[in-house]
Amino acid sequence: MYTFQDILMRLKQYWGERGCVVQEPYDVEVGAGTMCPETFLRVLGPEPYRVAYVQPSRRPTDGRYGENPNRLYKHWQLQVILKPSPEDIQDQYLESLAAIGIDLRKHDIKFEEDNWESPTLGAWGIGWQVMLDGLEITQFTYFQQCGGVDLEVVPVELTYGMERLAAFLQGKSSVYEIEWAKGVTYGQVRLADEVQFSVYNFEMADVKTLWKLFELHEAECARLLAAWPHSPDKRRFPLLAAYDQVLKCSHLFNLLDSRGAISVTERVTVIGRVRKLAVAVAEAWLRQNQAEVTA
Amino acid sequence: MNRLPLLVEVGSEEIPAWMIPPALDQLRDSFRRLLEEQRLADEEVQITVDATPRRLVLRAENVAERQPDAEQWVLGPPVSAAFREGQPTAAAEGFARKMGAAVSALEIRQTPRGDYLGYRQKIEGRPTREILAAALPDLILSLHFPKTMYWTGKGGPRFIRPIRWLVALLGEQLIEFEVAGVRSGDQSRGHRFLGQSRIPVRPGNYQEVLRRNYVLVSAAERRERIESRIAQLLEGSGLRVRKDEALLDTVVYLTEFPTPILGSFDAEYLSLPDEVLVTVMRHHQKYFSVENAEGRIAPCFIAVMNTDQDPEGLIRQGHERVLRARFNDARFFWDVDQQRTLAERVPALAHVTYQAKLGSYLDKAQRMVRLGRRMARMLKTDPAPVERAALLAKCDLTTEMVKEFPELQGIVGGLYARRQGEPEQVWRAIYEHYRPESMEDAIPTTLTGLLVSLADKLDTLTGCFRLGLVPSGSRDPFALRRAAQGVVRILIEGRLPLPLRTLLGKDQTLIDFFEDRLRYYFREVRDLRYDEVNAALAAGWDDLTDLESRLIALAAVRPTPNFEPLAASFKRIKNILRQASVAPAVPAEVSAVQETLLEPGPETDLYEAFRRLRARVRRLRRAKDYRAALEAIASLRPAVDCFFDKVLVNAPHEQVRRNRLTLLSELLGEFSAIADFSEIVTTEEEK
Repeated sequence: MYTFQDILMRLKQYWGERGCVVQEPYDVEVGAGTMCPETFLRVLGPEPYRVAYVQPSRRPTDGRYGENPNRLYKHWQLQVILKPSPEDIQDQYLESLAAIGIDLRKHDIKFEEDNWESPTLGAWGIGWQVMLDGLEITQFTYFQQCGGVDLEVVPVELTYGMERLAAFLQGKSSVYEIEWAKGVTYGQVRLADEVQFSVYNFEMADVKTLWKLFELHEAECARLLAAWPHSPDKRRFPLLAAYDQVLKCSHLFNLLDSRGAISVTERVTVIGRVRKLAVAVAEAWLRQNQAEVTA
Repeated sequence: MNRLPLLVEVGSEEIPAWMIPPALDQLRDSFRRLLEEQRLADEEVQITVDATPRRLVLRAENVAERQPDAEQWVLGPPVSAAFREGQPTAAAEGFARKMGAAVSALEIRQTPRGDYLGYRQKIEGRPTREILAAALPDLILSLHFPKTMYWTGKGGPRFIRPIRWLVALLGEQLIEFEVAGVRSGDQSRGHRFLGQSRIPVRPGNYQEVLRRNYVLVSAAERRERIESRIAQLLEGSGLRVRKDEALLDTVVYLTEFPTPILGSFDAEYLSLPDEVLVTVMRHHQKYFSVENAEGRIAPCFIAVMNTDQDPEGLIRQGHERVLRARFNDARFFWDVDQQRTLAERVPALAHVTYQAKLGSYLDKAQRMVRLGRRMARMLKTDPAPVERAALLAKCDLTTEMVKEFPELQGIVGGLYARRQGEPEQVWRAIYEHYRPESMEDAIPTTLTGLLVSLADKLDTLTGCFRLGLVPSGSRDPFALRRAAQGVVRILIEGRLPLPLRTLLGKDQTLIDFFEDRLRYYFREVRDLRYDEVNAALAAGWDDLTDLESRLIALAAVRPTPNFEPLAASFKRIKNILRQASVAPAVPAEVSAVQETLLEPGPETDLYEAFRRLRARVRRLRRAKDYRAALEAIASLRPAVDCFFDKVLVNAPHEQVRRNRLTLLSELLGEFSAIADFSEIVTTEEEK
């Protein structure tokens, strides 16, 4: 039986062998692997790129104090981007399942319509959720738009939900029982994390502070974006730093949401504020990279 | 003529199940249109379309190998310019040269602009294979799907999902073309895991070869396999599957080789309401529910695999584990939700936005309470249960269960209300207040439920129309058509004599919108004739049960011999009045007709008949015996006919003329209150 870390390593190995840069997780809190610059910015523009990385993804509202066997505040996504998407991508994906010990002939695999969309990032794509014996194990998306920009080259994004996949492979009914490494369970590694962050996110996070932080990061990003048009040397302009501010805003928004501090009406407005920044960074990034090509 | 079988297979990545049947209809229609345009259509050609998630298949038998030859008339110069002194001019010679013919082969034809020279050009039929090679790429790419994508790069072709292979054969021969960089060939693909990945096919063996490769091309065959295997699984168990045609359609188009399996779950989950169990199984897992002889949910389910077997039970165990996790979640939500009653949740509705300008759900609930009360009073029934149910109806939007399973809105509220001790009238009204969600869906079963549902929908409609959020074309984001259709059905089928116009207010756009819905309902759902519907609507509408009675009476009297001729006469009266700029009179107690000015004979006879009938028709109308009233009106026919035969309306004497117009206008006004007969299209006119 493969441990959690075996599965992660095998998938990384698999995609590494197929030309992916195997990256490490991004070091800013994100809600999904898509938000990392390795996806959000790399899918823009015409340059081919292939990357695979594990991204611990934080979704404060999904926290359950470690009491729900299937829901987590933070879960591990294995994110793969292939740009442009190869013609045999579905076969390559299915082989990756075989690589982690799934005998495809003995299981029921379906591609069921599921179009992914992230209003915060101005991004959407067309695709499926891949169902393995009735369990959703992967989000499979052909990106169409990112940062409000129609993509020149269509990348495919594969997002594996690692806890689900591992629980399935190991026959566990709770994610906390997954064997992470030999003799060490997922619960031993992560339970405290789930409990304490659920307490913080739902009960103790200070709403005023969160709003203040949100506004500070928003203003910092806006300040950089305002400076961008006047920057004499576009290549060294810190758009990546500006994008980190967007990620901070997005995470703070999620925290505020889990504190119940955002009404439905406000929600749309705040998402719009973050999207505005994300879209502006994406546009600038495209220009910056064109500048590099021409330089 | 040599005839050949055609096979076209568009191999794609998995197409969403619900989009497949409409795509197939289009595929068939566009192909038929193509054959017609290309003079290839005839009775011998048989078209079939089929699909699995990975392929759209077009087949045709007896397709002509070549287009038949044809002729076309090409217009040349006018004769006046074509010949001079009997000799062809340069214009005539030039035209002949262009046609590749001798001047002597040209013909003269008369046209509205004079005589012209022209040429009957022969068009040789092209090989069908060539025609198809040119036309198929467009035909495939012009299939319309609700949401398409591009995959070869920006500006590239769009389709529902990437096209990965193409088969196109006419007889044994390849039809060569390319779509999105994929070249047509003769290689199909089998089931992803059970079949070969490249299989040569021919039109004659296609279905068989694919079957051997675990692909059942025919949806009917897959459906049959699912149904018969489910029956086998349950045979002798005393259990039966809950019929679910929509789910069956979905799994038919979600699989290439469907095989149902029977799984089970712990009976402890049966403590959750059936509605929740079924929703989890159906919407989230696409499982069929199973019930026992008493109709109670049994702790089992049927999943339809896209493979041939599950010998080790691995797939079954997988599905069971997923379902268990889902049920656990549902139970968790159920328990958490019980910590606050619906009544305690009312204030929280203030934080749930209904629509930016229409306020929160609390505002909406309060409007529903007021409207519900008003309607209950109009119907002289106790408003208390309506007010209570309207107040609580939207509270389940704040529950975890509805956040997780939005399709259970209303139902969850109803179940919670029942558990929290609300009286049946109230909880049932909450449970059913979104009904009817479609034309097929039932309307609420209680008076309280009907009124709460009406209050909800009328509030939505009047609110949205006031803001100008009016549906246009296919854009109807607030589902206002469905809401209005619901109102119509509730009022008519729920037999509620409420004044709809009063409830709608003065908004003419909304009134017109409702008139359209009424027209649609009576014509499409009730299958009544369009002119009868127009006639009844033109007589005015408010209480829809009354409108319906008038329509039914009208349809019943329509075939009687006097009716249509009378309708024709009414139309004549209407025209006469229009020409004389006289409006149909509003029925009054005292007639304005001056008896002294009436001519003895047909005019007086008509007046007398009118007077006699007027009292009777009024009485019958008050008693809502519209059929008898219409029959009475129809009996006026001989008098009307005779009047028009013998009497000149436009009499030279002005006073006589005026008096006649008054008589006609009173007659028209009086007898058009049930239906405006002039809207009736008579058999005579149809010819």
